[in-house]
Amino acid sequence: MPRAMSEVEVGERIEAIRRRAPRFRDERITMAHGAGGKASRQLVEGLFLPLLANPALAELSDAGLVKAAGVRLAFTTDSFVVSPLRFPGGSIGELAVNGTVNDLAVSGARPLALSAAVILEEGLAASVLEAEVKAMAAASASCGVPVVTGDTKVVERGKCDSLYITTSGVGLLEEGVALAPDLVRPGDKVLVSGTIGDHGVAIMLARGQLDLEADVKSDTQPLWELVQALIEACGEGLHCMRDATRGGVATVLNEIALSAEVGVVIAEDRVPVRPEVLGAGEILGIDPLYVANEGKLVAFVAPELADAALEAMRSQPAGREAALIGEVRDEPPGRVLGRTTFGGHRMIDVLVGDPLPRIC
Amino acid sequence: MRFADEFRDPELAQVLGTEIATLCEPGRHYKIMEVCGGHTHTIYRYGVQDHLPEAIELVHGPGCPVCVIPMGRVDDGIAIAEQDGVILTCFGDMMRVPGGNGSFLEANARGADIRMVYSPLDALRIAKANPDRRVVFYAIGFETTAPSTALTLVRAKADGVTNFSVFCNHVTVIPAITAILDSPDLQLDAFLGPGHVSTVIGCRPYEFIASERHKPLVCSGFEPLDLLQSIYMVMKQFAEGRVEVENQYTRVVRWEGNPMALKVLEDVFSLRPHFEWRGLGSIPHSALALSSRYERFDAELSFDIPGVRVADPKACQCGEVLKGALRPWECGVFGTACTPEKPIGTCMVSSEGACAAYYNYGQYSKQRIHLEV
Ligand code: SF4
Repeated sequence: MPRAMSEVEVGERIEAIRRRAPRFRDERITMAHGAGGKASRQLVEGLFLPLLANPALAELSDAGLVKAAGVRLAFTTDSFVVSPLRFPGGSIGELAVNGTVNDLAVSGARPLALSAAVILEEGLAASVLEAEVKAMAAASASCGVPVVTGDTKVVERGKCDSLYITTSGVGLLEEGVALAPDLVRPGDKVLVSGTIGDHGVAIMLARGQLDLEADVKSDTQPLWELVQALIEACGEGLHCMRDATRGGVATVLNEIALSAEVGVVIAEDRVPVRPEVLGAGEILGIDPLYVANEGKLVAFVAPELADAALEAMRSQPAGREAALIGEVRDEPPGRVLGRTTFGGHRMIDVLVGDPLPRIC
Repeated sequence: MRFADEFRDPELAQVLGTEIATLCEPGRHYKIMEVCGGHTHTIYRYGVQDHLPEAIELVHGPGCPVCVIPMGRVDDGIAIAEQDGVILTCFGDMMRVPGGNGSFLEANARGADIRMVYSPLDALRIAKANPDRRVVFYAIGFETTAPSTALTLVRAKADGVTNFSVFCNHVTVIPAITAILDSPDLQLDAFLGPGHVSTVIGCRPYEFIASERHKPLVCSGFEPLDLLQSIYMVMKQFAEGRVEVENQYTRVVRWEGNPMALKVLEDVFSLRPHFEWRGLGSIPHSALALSSRYERFDAELSFDIPGVRVADPKACQCGEVLKGALRPWECGVFGTACTPEKPIGTCMVSSEGACAAYYNYGQYSKQRIHLEV
């Protein structure tokens, strides 16, 4: 029998394991690989990253950076497979434009142009497709980013679920903008640009599998104008931003904590959540911190600029409910802790798969 | 983030915590087991322990429905799901539970059709919508979830649904507590009784725990303040030299339970002579099967089921953790070979499982955070 370890030693051993490069060893793909938690990380960092190895990809940010002829470009891509196609507050077409625009925006890049590739299921009603193309057109017009190229493929009935859209986008990094997890340092303040969990809860409710009704709309919206205001207000004091999509705010905080080797501490009572989202989450046993957003970012800002950053966000329609939710610490490196609404403390870790509703 | 504020008031918590501390006898250590996984979840999720003095240790009990499912029953579920034309339905928590032959999630990746539902009525709805498929509900849980399975069966019978059945794994809480009380390494001083189960069975079935086993039990609600108040009530009993069953959750739990729910349970289910519990072994009269009145809905009768007992992996110490003999991190594989993404034991799966709750929320919970934002 090995000597029994103390709680602290066990904690250290777990930390060491958490820092090992994730390995992908599963025999088959399960739904957990797509849910944005640990299994997704193993898939990306254990399979794609080593095989496609290059410095831009290794950053694993929302967009990769490409330098050419003296300019810095951000390049990103994202696939959208949401069901149902339409939901309160938006639809797949709008999501496909805003999602890619936001990946560029949080990288600090002015979105220039998009591509769209659509996979269509045999038998799809033309009216459904037309509605989504119109939704893309409207979203693209409203953020001023054109779709300049595209592709269509049709697959046999049953080989896909109605309609999938992949958009890619290219953006121009403005002079003087430097954003990266490494720039996050102890003392930085953590801000979110508005209420969290709206999109994920809206989709769960729209699927109609729950005997639950609540007036929750997806928050899909472009964030470039908000980002621009933030950059103007903070300059180099803006250290890093992330788009809190799949896996929610908790996942973003963990990514930053791990890659910057800092501790992140948040006060749960400062996190803006709509009462309807909180209520639905309570009933389902789902924590809004882990629920997807489609128009919210998390920003890490130098402490002396936190107020200016908050003001800049709140001056924008997409940031009216922005809030300061926590700060960056030395300790514990790589971890996110929360002060609970009850005045206690807890750890906020990355989820394994989809947040599974508890049963009782 | 605010919800149900009156039961989560941090200032009230501090007051209660101080009162609890004054009730502790100097030099004495108290081990209190919360039987229910819902309580375990609340304790970690809200940091309840932060308001308690060091002298009080909360020990996590066996009341997480997913945690007590033995591996063989997971394999049985997969065997059913892999038969032609079957849709197996279950609660989300079950999807990742490892059997001898992988989890439901992995079975789906191999081609099975196992769907997550939020209530057994959803499973019945799926059956009605797919008359050409056989739809099976994989029922788990204590007396909390058993009534909804029962009512679903009553409905299925009334509606004459023929393609619906239930693979029943419902268990009952009293035999599990008895098994813990009987275990030789027992070191518990008191229990917090499971609130939801008690809404069905009431408080009377616990009386022997105080009268014969001389341990106080307080039936507790699920909000963090409920738990603190229940701990206060336990400590008060110690201070006053009483040993009783008390009910903290009076806003929901009646002493006599819910006679209507009990009646339906009696009609739809019958007690099994034995049932295998993960980590606790076979416990007599501890689980429910469908009664003869509902046998045509019994998946155990209508499907070919291997029914093989699969031994728990050697490294797994779930039994000790479920009994409160080991704290989660004292298991040799905790956090290394056994993690929420690759669980060896069941306690690592559901967020109500002691190991998962500690792994996900608990480490660093003793670290005080002073955060002025
Ligand atoms: S760490 Fe894993 S194997 Fe050990 S007791 Fe917990 S769940 Fe069981």
